[in-house]
Amino acid sequence: MALGPYASFIVTSYALVAAVVAILIAWIAIDFRRQKARLRELEASGITRRSGRSAADIR
Amino acid sequence: MTLIDLANPTKFLSLTGRILPWLAGATAILLLIGLYQAAMAPDDYQQGATVKIMFIHVPNAWLSMFVWGVMSLAALGTLVWRHPLADVAAKAAAPIGAAFTFLALVTGSLWGRPMWGTYWQWDARLTSVLILFLMYLGLIALWRAVDDPSRAARAAAILTLVGALNLPIIKFSVDWWNTLHQPASVLRMGGSTLDRAFLIPLLVMAVGFSLLFVTLHLAAMRNEILRRRVRSLQIMQASQQAA
Repeated sequence: MALGPYASFIVTSYALVAAVVAILIAWIAIDFRRQKARLRELEASGITRRSGRSAADIR
Repeated sequence: MTLIDLANPTKFLSLTGRILPWLAGATAILLLIGLYQAAMAPDDYQQGATVKIMFIHVPNAWLSMFVWGVMSLAALGTLVWRHPLADVAAKAAAPIGAAFTFLALVTGSLWGRPMWGTYWQWDARLTSVLILFLMYLGLIALWRAVDDPSRAARAAAILTLVGALNLPIIKFSVDWWNTLHQPASVLRMGGSTLDRAFLIPLLVMAVGFSLLFVTLHLAAMRNEILRRRVRSLQIMQASQQAA
């Protein structure tokens, strides 16, 4: 696959899209873990939801 | 399970917890197929290999508008139907839409330099998409500026619906004004003008990126529901400590 004289523009475009998508995925995954950890901390300190469901129930 | 059941955040968390791994898998497979097809696509007789930028630029450009459309529907859900997950959906979509719009602008710029001889031109299409990007940033700032999510939701919903007026301007800017940007070549009256060798990889990539949005959006909505649970438990904790 020859990309010709403008290869740097093509490769930069694809690399940038890959980087931004990777950042989005990582940000959402880290945020999920952070929120679950906060819920667990609050439950451990005796604060529970009215439904009684635990953060550990959330997959 | 009906749409009404999905209004219950707990049921939403349970359902999305089950379907998200399948959605992520389907997204990865479609994007891998699309990337392979894009790599194998022939060079364009005028643009050469730079036509490969189209396979990532166009899906991101479509999604930049589609996501604002989703947020506009969610805004109606907040203001008219008062659906409990509508503002969760709107808030979760904004950063993802901003990322797609950023990618559409930058990949378009990187495509424009070799084809037009410039990275940027203040013409109608490019400027209206830049305005869309700035509106995404404004909306994210608004959500962050107001502490109470329900108060922020109403203001954000109004701003989103006002911003939706920009969508037809973006779509038809290439018809209404003289611009460097080419007119529509896929979604147009009379059918696509693209050859199948380019159209098929483009559509596969577009469906792949759309599934990526759905996957990320559902995951971000789950995070937002959890964030609100944390907030309500923190308020309970504070009131217990004060009592």
